[in-house]
Amino acid sequence: MKIATIKELLDAEVVCGEELLEKEVYSACGSDMMSDVLAYVKDQAVLLTGLVNPQVVRTAVMMDMVCIVFVRSKAPTEEMIELAHESGLVLMKSRKRMYEACGKLYAGGLHGNGEQP
Amino acid sequence: MNEAVKLHFVVDGDDFTSAGQASVQVKKSLRQLGIAPEIIRKVSIAMYEGEINMVIHAGGGEAEVLIYEDRIEICLTDRGPGIANIELAMQEGFSTAPDNIRSLGFGAGMGLPNMKRYTDSMHIDSKLGEGTRILMTVKL
Repeated sequence: MKIATIKELLDAEVVCGEELLEKEVYSACGSDMMSDVLAYVKDQAVLLTGLVNPQVVRTAVMMDMVCIVFVRSKAPTEEMIELAHESGLVLMKSRKRMYEACGKLYAGGLHGNGEQP
Repeated sequence: MNEAVKLHFVVDGDDFTSAGQASVQVKKSLRQLGIAPEIIRKVSIAMYEGEINMVIHAGGGEAEVLIYEDRIEICLTDRGPGIANIELAMQEGFSTAPDNIRSLGFGAGMGLPNMKRYTDSMHIDSKLGEGTRILMTVKL
């Protein structure tokens, strides 16, 4: 799935990384626990979270993720935007809640662990 | 590369929001050295977990990364309270992190198990009241 499609499905606003929307992603995970995210590795992944602090961006960088979606209208801070920009990450925010946001992406064909629909 | 490339960091224990800076730097340096992406990911996740642990539990510490021809060693040293029961601390889900750390997205009891998972060997040397030293190795 293209990152642009995620934006569309979640009716999201891109905070940074507009130029990367054509990138393909193959898996996603939704969590507010970064420790759990670190226990899960997959290339080209998207992180959906309602947690806002710089560790969210650093965790995504460590995992080679390419996009973070903040759910429940959470907005990243300037520090986070700068970190994301340095690392080539897309940040976007959506009004949708975690359950609905994950459901929309799953139904749209973006499965949890890179598995085929 | 005959001699090891050495990276050294002081991990600040006062500010949780800065935790992980050293790991981000290590990731950049390994990329510049042309290390394979899957190796970089293993090293940086293991170090990141360790760095977060030092900030949460030990008031910071020191991190050293040594890059040899056949392996990368990560050595984390702190003068924190030490680990009372290493076997218990290695169990997934066991955590002594305070609630405020959980609200920041950490403290799920996955740190040490993840460090072991992403490295080829891990050795913990800890003394109560003195500190902890963790040596991890990732083969190249």
